[in-house]
Amino acid sequence: MEEEVKLHGMWASPFSRRVELALKLKAIPYQYIEEDLSNKTPSLLRYNPVHKKVPVLVHNDKPVAESMVIIEYMDETWENNPFLPRDPYERAMARFYAKFIDDKLLPTLAKLGQTAGKEKEETIEEIHEQQKVLEDELKGKQFFGGQRIGYLDIVAMILVWLHLTGSITGQKVLSTEKFPLIYEWIERVMKMEVVNECLIPEEKRQDWIQLAQRAPKSASN
Amino acid sequence: MGEEVKVFGFWASPYSHRVELALSLKGVPYEYIEEDILKNKSDLLLKYNPIHKKVLVFLYKGKPIVESIVILEYIEETWKANPILPQNLHDKAIDRFWIKFMDDKCLPAIRKATFSPENERETAVEEACECLRTLESALNGKRFFGGDAIGMVDIAANFLTIWLRTIQEATGLEVLSVEKFPDLFKWTDDFISCSVVKESLPPTDKLLSFVKASLSQ
Repeated sequence: MEEEVKLHGMWASPFSRRVELALKLKAIPYQYIEEDLSNKTPSLLRYNPVHKKVPVLVHNDKPVAESMVIIEYMDETWENNPFLPRDPYERAMARFYAKFIDDKLLPTLAKLGQTAGKEKEETIEEIHEQQKVLEDELKGKQFFGGQRIGYLDIVAMILVWLHLTGSITGQKVLSTEKFPLIYEWIERVMKMEVVNECLIPEEKRQDWIQLAQRAPKSASN
Repeated sequence: MGEEVKVFGFWASPYSHRVELALSLKGVPYEYIEEDILKNKSDLLLKYNPIHKKVLVFLYKGKPIVESIVILEYIEETWKANPILPQNLHDKAIDRFWIKFMDDKCLPAIRKATFSPENERETAVEEACECLRTLESALNGKRFFGGDAIGMVDIAANFLTIWLRTIQEATGLEVLSVEKFPDLFKWTDDFISCSVVKESLPPTDKLLSFVKASLSQ
């Protein structure tokens, strides 16, 4: 049966980029549809009527929404280059830390833009505590996934984004001195072509920073 | 010794219940340890959940797992009897979508409606009802979200049964009623009346006292 894979995404969405990275890691050919979030395509509204958000993966006309649901679906459907480990306990750990990033770190980062002064300092402190959790998870490993890039690495790409924007704005939220393993991981993944293809292109990074500052509650999952 | 499943939970917690229900559905024996979360968390709990320091903790072969949905996925992968997720990969993805919707949208909306100040209540209630409306559409004429039998989505929706009923009774809040959402309301009845579920639920009167006491603080 002929496979047809489409991704409805948006260039500035880290969640959309996660799925693109996942597709490239498994070398799955796909058609990409760039969504203008102020003028969503009828297809997007049909494929994700509940949230009307990107990313949505459409596989043989069947839609899947929510980036982590998509990534699990992809791992089960295309078995090459597995993202999740085989062992159920290791899988539980990967899911736990991915949830930690999405449910704890990302909201704290979103909050940061709304704070100033002492509250801002406290929020940065909170981010560092959360970073420590991830730093500990990297001990003795090249990647969060072990020897190869995996499920948690895909989710943790947000750290790369933060690092890049920090270099541009001069405001370093991520402490790479305190957390050398995370810094090494960032350097390591940034050497990978497939990762670079999914980062915001240099010429668009300023735009992205402005977009992110204006809309902490993104139109994507 | 070391092989046994242990669940560190709290009797009134719907998250604890999710895990106990899944284990019961699959016929997995386990030891339940009640955590006194209000006064004195045990050293063991803090050891097994150092990041969040919360109930609930699932322990098997000495290895702890936290977060109820992460635990449910582990249970499903480890004990194959009475599957709670569909085999079909797309259907499974749809179920995971609804579970996320429950935890990320529905439950926070209900929580907000419960605790919102007078002037914000109407909007909060409408938002919660909007979530329930969407959730009801996922039932789509089926008896359970899982089809003929209870699945992971049903388990994740457990809060909508006795917990929501208790909150509505204690506060006068009305989000899930038989008039507004007949299919979803029927689902709550069908869910509760399953023998495995009935046996696992905390006693309603005790829960009501607990909820009333918690809300008065």
